[in-house]
Amino acid sequence: MDILVCVKRVPDSAENEISVAAGGADISREDLVYAVNEWDNYAVEEAIQIVEREGGSVTVVALGEADIEESVRREMAMGAEQGLMLVDDRFAGSDGLGVATILQAAVLKGSYDLILTGAQADDGAAQVGGMLAALLDWPFASLVNRIEVTGKTLRIGREIEGGSQELNEIETPCVLSIQTGINEPRYVGLRGIRKVASVEIPVLDSAALGLDAARVGPAAAKVRRVDYFVPVAGVGAEMLTGSTKELATQLVELLKLKGGIN
Amino acid sequence: MATQVFALIPHSAGKVDDAALELLSAARAMFPEAAPTALVLGSGPSLADMALEVAASFGEVWSFNQEALAYPNAELIRPLLVKVLPAGALVLLPHSTLGIDLGPGLSVKLGAAYLPDVVGFDGLNGNQLKVVRQEFAGQVSAHVQADLSNGAVITVRSGAFPPALTGSGGGQVVDKSGAAAGLTARRRFLAVVQAEAGDVDITREEVLVAVGRGIGEQDNLALVDDLAKAMGATVCCSRPIVDAKWLDKGRQVGTSGQTVKPKVYLALGISGAFQHLGGLKGNPFVVAINKNPKAPIFQAAQVGVVADLLELLPELTAQLEKSR
Amino acid sequence: MALIPFSPAQAVVVGLPLRWLFLLIPVAGVACFTWMLARRVAPLLKAAPDPRCDHLGERTLLVLKVWLAQWRHPRYLMAGVLHIVLFLGFLVLGLRSFQLIFLGFMETFTLPGFGGPLGVAYTIAKDYAATAVFLSVVVLAYRRGIVRPARYSVPAKLGQDHTGEALLVLGLIATLLLSESAFEGSLLAAGSHETATPFTLAWACQYLFAGLPLPVLARINLTSYAIHDLSFFYFLCLLPMGKHFHVLTSLFNVAFMRLKPGTVKPVRHGVDDQGLDELQSFGVKHLEDFTWKHLLDFYSCADCGRCSDRCPANHVKRPLSPRFISIKGRDLTYQRYPLFGADQAEAEPLMGGIFSEEEIWSCTTCGACEEECPIGIEYIDKIVDLRRGMVDEGMVPQSLQKPLSALEKRGNPWGKLEKKRADWAAGVGEGFAVKLAEKGDTADTLYFVDSMTSYDDRMQKIAQATARILTRAEVDFMALGKDEKDSGHEVRRYGEEMLFQSLKEQNTEAILESQAKRIVTSDPHAYNALKNDYAGLPPVVHVSEVIAAGVTTGKLRLNPLADPSRTYTYHDPCYLGRHNGMYDAPRVAIDAIPGIKRVEMTGSCRDRAFCCGGGGLGLFYEPEEEQRMGVVRVNQARAAGASVIVTACPFCLTNMEDAIKVAGLEGQMEAIDLCELVDGQLQH
Repeated sequence: MDILVCVKRVPDSAENEISVAAGGADISREDLVYAVNEWDNYAVEEAIQIVEREGGSVTVVALGEADIEESVRREMAMGAEQGLMLVDDRFAGSDGLGVATILQAAVLKGSYDLILTGAQADDGAAQVGGMLAALLDWPFASLVNRIEVTGKTLRIGREIEGGSQELNEIETPCVLSIQTGINEPRYVGLRGIRKVASVEIPVLDSAALGLDAARVGPAAAKVRRVDYFVPVAGVGAEMLTGSTKELATQLVELLKLKGGIN
Repeated sequence: MATQVFALIPHSAGKVDDAALELLSAARAMFPEAAPTALVLGSGPSLADMALEVAASFGEVWSFNQEALAYPNAELIRPLLVKVLPAGALVLLPHSTLGIDLGPGLSVKLGAAYLPDVVGFDGLNGNQLKVVRQEFAGQVSAHVQADLSNGAVITVRSGAFPPALTGSGGGQVVDKSGAAAGLTARRRFLAVVQAEAGDVDITREEVLVAVGRGIGEQDNLALVDDLAKAMGATVCCSRPIVDAKWLDKGRQVGTSGQTVKPKVYLALGISGAFQHLGGLKGNPFVVAINKNPKAPIFQAAQVGVVADLLELLPELTAQLEKSR
Repeated sequence: MALIPFSPAQAVVVGLPLRWLFLLIPVAGVACFTWMLARRVAPLLKAAPDPRCDHLGERTLLVLKVWLAQWRHPRYLMAGVLHIVLFLGFLVLGLRSFQLIFLGFMETFTLPGFGGPLGVAYTIAKDYAATAVFLSVVVLAYRRGIVRPARYSVPAKLGQDHTGEALLVLGLIATLLLSESAFEGSLLAAGSHETATPFTLAWACQYLFAGLPLPVLARINLTSYAIHDLSFFYFLCLLPMGKHFHVLTSLFNVAFMRLKPGTVKPVRHGVDDQGLDELQSFGVKHLEDFTWKHLLDFYSCADCGRCSDRCPANHVKRPLSPRFISIKGRDLTYQRYPLFGADQAEAEPLMGGIFSEEEIWSCTTCGACEEECPIGIEYIDKIVDLRRGMVDEGMVPQSLQKPLSALEKRGNPWGKLEKKRADWAAGVGEGFAVKLAEKGDTADTLYFVDSMTSYDDRMQKIAQATARILTRAEVDFMALGKDEKDSGHEVRRYGEEMLFQSLKEQNTEAILESQAKRIVTSDPHAYNALKNDYAGLPPVVHVSEVIAAGVTTGKLRLNPLADPSRTYTYHDPCYLGRHNGMYDAPRVAIDAIPGIKRVEMTGSCRDRAFCCGGGGLGLFYEPEEEQRMGVVRVNQARAAGASVIVTACPFCLTNMEDAIKVAGLEGQMEAIDLCELVDGQLQH
């Protein structure tokens, strides 16, 4: 099974205090450290485990500027033998559909039975996998937390509300977005990255992808971010006072107001 | 605006989810002039009842009653909606596991803009809709603008729009089951494996009642359980409670436990060490109850109460139960 | 020498002279034993290199002290003394057994030099030795067979009880002793011109056999000789098959003991830090990846159980018992390299098969096991090497991956911002200024704070107290600020060598650039890292040394305690005490406070201090355990009559404070850092 995994380089939300830059045009990028999107790590691990069981190959693709190389190498160090970088100034400012369009072009350049993406990334949109599937006209399933290969089809589990699992059968080729917890991604340290430091990674731009540049970038985007802002938050808690009964009454009202009553 | 607004009605076990009214509320906030159409998909006799129930609040209800729709398989629903929806339709979905499954591809097939996980509305100017989204696990918010000229698919975060009042629609039910005949997909639903009892995943819960050492003794946990039940919430805890083996490790919030992203976090007897707060993400509304007025949790909370848990919890539970 | 009445060398049975048999037995026995030794050495030759033939003087002293003088044995008094008797008896009796072998085919044989008074003295010595050993064997058999101390038991999942093997060997020793005594006694009874050394086994035999006719005595003599000869070679060939191999290997194990405390072994001996990138594989993934010394450790383990008895992880029922690292390692080596037959391929993976991941992550590297082992078996290096293997294969628990990734990106395990590293300095107080190298300040002394003390709200108080103490002690000091990275102490011990190397390089560069002439730390882990893991830095001291010197010279003067009713105890941090031998400076510092009452946690202080639960990445790892180590420690302090636990390590303090909460002892027990205690009493 030949698998393509789409990964994204993101500011690591666990190791950054994200704040809004002056004017709100962007988050404050100074002092940020970057990592591979957490969900994508699970997707790469899953791909590697499938290939370890079933044979085939894993290719990791990322889209962005030159600095995505570190992310691609990190995922290759996990055990993906091939990498692919999609780099072109004209890609910047693409919306979700634009990103999916670029990835579609990359998919069509190769030959894959399965495409994995993380369920979501830093913007929490959870959109690119489903869009890519629609562009390719392949079946799609999101929030996948189990994959079992049964010949030409896959038996998959989706994580649904309440922690239950929805079992499906899906035909290949298909696109799956991977939920965290599907596996335990292996650790990659500095040593692993150095081991793959000299592996050649092809870099494709829109021309190499045979992509009409008008379909991507800000001009083609139907959706754009206007600005970032910080939701107003109080300094310290507002302290409630009163008798036990009064306190309880105030709390019940607050909880209702804030959606604390299910 | 002449465009039609649609809302896909979420339901389970023959009952309409509350989220349906949140979609209605979101539709009214964004497109006040439109009379939204409810899309009710499913199978069996209960569907008609649900369609009628929804009709009370929506301008119109399109009902699709087909065996194949007995379970909401996005791969079946997507082509169906592409077939029946008019050009330029504005489709509202809950940002649920179904919405995430269905929305992105639907927007592509409709040629429409996609606005996922919307938490607020910030204006409609001609064809330009401005909404509020959250990024970086809720650490910052963003205004996002979409071009609606070819329609839009919008998924709405649960709880972001308070449910609209019912009974203001008075629309009629249109049976469109015929359009849903002969649907096939390359993905087939097989079964749902229910989560094992006791195997809770606090990381996905929206309302958490967290208990810490301040609860004192194991027996007092019953008070917390009662409160959580009254709220419909899930109980989680800080490390000392797990160490004492009063609760499972799976319920521990913190850097050495789970990272949770609830909407509402009620912290009971939790001092608020950063190891604990490190597991609390996504900008939740934190209510802290603690005996110690200097507990650091009050810095992290929006609302604080200095009180004895043993006194306050039974009263709070009683009032909650009364108010339901 | 008088004419001997009979001799095994003269014996003839059914017309056959037994001389040839008694020549054949040792020849066959030695041949068999040599073959076995060669087989046992085979895996050592395939194992990883480890140059241990250095520092011959130091190693000779170790052999004299730890091996010959059995220095560590009396730490367990009863078993220790019995073992010393057994050991010294063995040394004495070994010569006698050697002589006896020759007596089987030579009527008279005396060891060179033993013809005169030395021989007479030796006979007396060996007779008493045999008797003493016999008595010890009886007591030991009673302990092993009847009393059965808990530390010898074998958990069901780890195989069969080892009592049978122990009793078999004790029986063999008794047989050797009794047969030798009967041999001697029969000769004496026949000769009657000599008397045996009084109150010995031989003496008893002489009396027992007195008056028996000569042919009977000859038969007794021959039979006991044959029993001794066969038992001896049976025993010899039994040694390389089980835990009694230590009888032979312990000498070498001690001679090749690790000399430098505090450090961990390099990834591969002979490969320097720059060459690490060239290595195909890191750490131990297969048996042969262990060093030859570590395989020798496996052979040498006598299964005495002291390591596990003192292991805090074992105590709180984490899935680790150091004793079984050795036993499982030995069994695997024996299975893979059998005495007879071809070498076996690996049947199951070393990690995940022989050893479990949880087992290897459970160790806090406190060093209690190594401190206790009477023959110098190493555990920390093995654990670290196994972890290196796991890290190289990506087998790292998710709970550790996050802090490791943060350390790589931010230089601290929480991913906090670099620029906030010196934020603690703002809280030192009015009248105090902390110089920062990041701002271009210079000073003679560099205070290396490390991550925990820099970022943790509670532990920042240690940094602030340290700054005030250093100021009062008139130390011209600075901190690095944002250029300081985590010392990497635990990073290295959790097996992430390359990340450690990267942190080490960054810190080394920053420290050298600061031009400081000495380094002070308040964190024993940082202290140990800079002192023992790093190279080429200025001298490193722990702040307790600064305090001890300050109170001695009078630069630091301390006020009496406000509340003299409380009793204090000092908890030795592992990386200050066991790993660096610094036991006294912190105690001097505490005792300098007028009116302070300090008690020791007798039996678990100094080199026997019970680990608090571990530091660094240990705070992030979530082991299965029945109890927290810190709770055990707090209860030990309580039992000693203390209500305040003074420690000198931010991790100890965190664990103790947590443990006090968990144990529900808030208000009754308190934990405080040495610096905070001293700072509170400083005369300004």
